[in-house]
Amino acid sequence: MIAEGGLAALWFAAALALLQLVLAAVALSRRQTAIGVEDMLAAVRPIAIVQGVLVVLAMLLLIAVFVESDMSVRLVAEDSSAAKPLIYKVAGAWGNHEGSMLLWVTILGLAGAAVALFERTLERKTLVATLGAQAAIALGFYAFLLFSSNPFARLDPPPPDGQGLNPLLQDPGLAFHPPTLYLGYVGISVAFSFAVGAMITRDVGPAFARAMRPWVLAAWIFLTIGITAGSYWAYYELGWGGWWFWDPVENASLMPWLAATALLHSVTVLATRDGLRAWTIMLAVVAFSMSMIGTFLVRSGILTSVHAFAIDPKRGAFILALLVIYIGGALALFALRVGTIRQGNTFEPISREGALVVNNLLLSVILGIVLIGTLYPIVAAAFGTQLSVGHPFFDSTAGPIALALVALMGIGPLLRWRRDDLRAGLKRIAIPAAVGVVALVALLVLAPGIHILPLLGLALAAGVAVASVAPLWGRDLKRTPLFTYGMVIAHLGIAVSLAGMASESAFNKETLVATRIGEPQHVGPYTVTLLGVRPVVGVNWSAVEGVLKASRGGASTTLLPQSRFFSTPPQMTNESAIKTVLDGQLYTVLGNQDDAGRWQLRLWWKPFVTLIWAGGALIAIGGALSLLGRLRRERRARRGEA
Amino acid sequence: MKRAAALALLVVAAPAVADTPLPPAALADTQLPDPHQEAEARALMETLRCVVCQGQSIAQSDADMAGQMRAMVRQRIAAGEKPREIRKWLIDRYGDYVSYDPPWSAVTAPLWLMPLALLIIGAWIARASFKRRKRGQG
Repeated sequence: MIAEGGLAALWFAAALALLQLVLAAVALSRRQTAIGVEDMLAAVRPIAIVQGVLVVLAMLLLIAVFVESDMSVRLVAEDSSAAKPLIYKVAGAWGNHEGSMLLWVTILGLAGAAVALFERTLERKTLVATLGAQAAIALGFYAFLLFSSNPFARLDPPPPDGQGLNPLLQDPGLAFHPPTLYLGYVGISVAFSFAVGAMITRDVGPAFARAMRPWVLAAWIFLTIGITAGSYWAYYELGWGGWWFWDPVENASLMPWLAATALLHSVTVLATRDGLRAWTIMLAVVAFSMSMIGTFLVRSGILTSVHAFAIDPKRGAFILALLVIYIGGALALFALRVGTIRQGNTFEPISREGALVVNNLLLSVILGIVLIGTLYPIVAAAFGTQLSVGHPFFDSTAGPIALALVALMGIGPLLRWRRDDLRAGLKRIAIPAAVGVVALVALLVLAPGIHILPLLGLALAAGVAVASVAPLWGRDLKRTPLFTYGMVIAHLGIAVSLAGMASESAFNKETLVATRIGEPQHVGPYTVTLLGVRPVVGVNWSAVEGVLKASRGGASTTLLPQSRFFSTPPQMTNESAIKTVLDGQLYTVLGNQDDAGRWQLRLWWKPFVTLIWAGGALIAIGGALSLLGRLRRERRARRGEA
Repeated sequence: MKRAAALALLVVAAPAVADTPLPPAALADTQLPDPHQEAEARALMETLRCVVCQGQSIAQSDADMAGQMRAMVRQRIAAGEKPREIRKWLIDRYGDYVSYDPPWSAVTAPLWLMPLALLIIGAWIARASFKRRKRGQG
C-alpha cells in the first residue's frame, strides 16, 4: 500500500504543477482587472506549497519501502537488499536512476514551496511568473517519472531478496553528495525561473537582482559542498589517490558551478550598479541549461562514467527531449525579450565592475572549454572517430585561464566601484604581488623541477591568499558588513584549495610494492610495515584487512586498509586507510597476494592535499556568511521602509 | 565483452620488448627502479585510457587489462622507448580512444583551437560593457 500511496502523491503533485502553470499563464496573459484574475494570482502561491508537500511525501514513502525492504517493489528488488545498514537503505532510495530523479523533482517542489513561502521582495506578478516557470520545469520531470521511470512499480512475484546496492555507493558519501548537488542544480532552476519571470513581466533591474541573489547564492553554496564532498568521496573510495578525473559527470557538476559563480558576480553588478542586465539574464539561462545538461549526462548514460548506473537509451531520449524543450524555450524567450531589456550602465575599464566583467569573461571561457571538451567525444563519434578528451587537454587549456582568473580574483576586490586610479590600484596590490614573487623564487630555489602549472599555482596561491584578506586592512572590523567577510573567506578558500591542488601535484610521493610481512617500506617521511593480514566480517561484506604500522620520526600509528568482498551484488572494493596529519595525508591501499606470498601495497604521501577540500569548505562558509549578511541587510531595509 | 577480450589479447600478445629484472606481470603494480623512468611512465599512464573501464586512466584502475597495460608501459620505458613512441604505438593499435590527450588531426583541430576562439569572442562581447572612448583619446 505504501508504494501505491507514493505513486498517488506523485500524480497529485503533477496535477497541481499543471494547475499552477495554467493559472499563472492565464492570470498573466489577461488584464489585471479582468474577472477572476485576482483569485488566480492569489491561488498560485498556496498551490506551489501543497505541490511541494505532496512530492516530499512521495519521496518519504519511497524511503519507507526501502527501509522496509519491500521486495515486491521493483526498484527495491533491483537496487537494495535486506541485509544492509539502515543508512544505506535510506540513502539507497536515491542510489538508483528512478529514485535519484524523484529526489531531483522533490527538491524542485521544495524549492518552489520555499519561494512561495519566503519570497517577499519580488513584485507579485513576477513572483507568479516565477512559480509558473517552476511548475513548467517540474511538469517535464513528473512526466518523465510517471511515464518512463516509475519508482513505485511493483514486481510479481517478489524475489526473496534484492540484488543489492553497488558497493561503491555503500558509503556515507551517498547520504550527502547527491542531495547537496541536487539542491544546487535545483536552486539554479529557481534562479532561472526568476529570470523567466522577470523577462515575462519586463522587470529586469536592481530590485530583481537583489531578490534573485540569495537564491543564486544558496544554490552556489550547495553546488560547492556537493562538488567538494564528491571529490573527497572519489578520492578515498576509488583507492588510487586521485581527487579529480575530468570525468564527464564531474564536469557535469563543475559546469553549473562555473555558470553559477559567474552569475553570482554579475548579479552583484546588476544589484549595485544596474549594469550587465541582459548578460545576467543570459547567465541564468546558461546556468540552468548547464544543470539540465548535467542531469542529462548523468542520467542518460550517454557518456561512460563511474556514475553510469541504470543506462537505458529510451530514457536518455526522453531527457534529451526535455533538455531541448527547456533550453530551447528559455533561449527563445531570451531572444524575444532581450530587445525589451534596457541597456544597463557601462563601465570604466579600471574599476571593480570592470574586473567583474573580466571575471565573467574568463569563467565563461572555462565553462565553454569544459562543455565542449566533455561533449566533443560524442560529436566526434557521430563522425566516426572514437576519441577521449581528458586531463591533458583540460589542464593545458582551462588551467592557464583558471590561473589568470585566480590572479584577477586577488586584484578585483581591491579596486573601487565606478572608477579607480591605475597607480593607486597597483599600490594596493604591491604587498600580495611581492608575496607571490617571493614564493615563486623560494620554490625555484628550494624545490627545483616542479612543473610549470603547479609552480605558478603555488606562487599564485600565496599571493592571492594575502590579497584576499587585504580588503579587511584598515577597516573597522566590527562595522565591516557580514557579506564582505563572506567574500574574503570564499576568496581565501579558492587560494587554499589551489594551494592544495598544486601541492598534491608537485610533491606527491608514490610507493607501489609487493611486500613480505614485516618488511619496512618507505614513502615520503613515513616508514610503513605490514604487520599482518586478518579476515574481517561486516554486515553485508567480508574483507581481508592489512595491519600497517606507519612511523614517522618517533611516533607511529596503525592503519587498516581493507580489500572488501560484497556478495550482493558480487564485487570487490578497496577500502583505503588514510592517516591525516597537519602537513598532508598518508594514503594506503592493500592489494592482492602474489604467488610468492607477498602482498601488494599502494602507498602515497600527499603533502597538504587536505587543503583542496578545506578550501572548498571555506568557499561554502564564505558563501553562507554572504547569504546571511545579504538577507539581514534586506530585512533591515524593509523594516526601514515600513 | 568480445571487444574487451580481443583488446586484452592484443596487449598480452605485444612483443616483450625488453629484458627487465622484474617479471612483466609484477610491473603492473611495482615501480621501475629508476625514479626518472618511473616518473615518465607514471605521467604517460595517467594520460592513457583503460579501454575496458568506465572512464578511468590505466594509472587509476583495478581492471586486469589496465594492469597489463601498466606493465607494458613500464617495460617499454625501461627499454628506453620514449613516451611519445609508446603513445603512438598504442594509438596505432587501439585508435585515438586510448589517449586522453587527443592527438592533433583534422577531427581534433576545432577542439584545440576552440579555447582561443572562445577567448577572442568573449573579449569582443565583453567590450560592449565598457564605456566607449572618444576617437583619438583611446
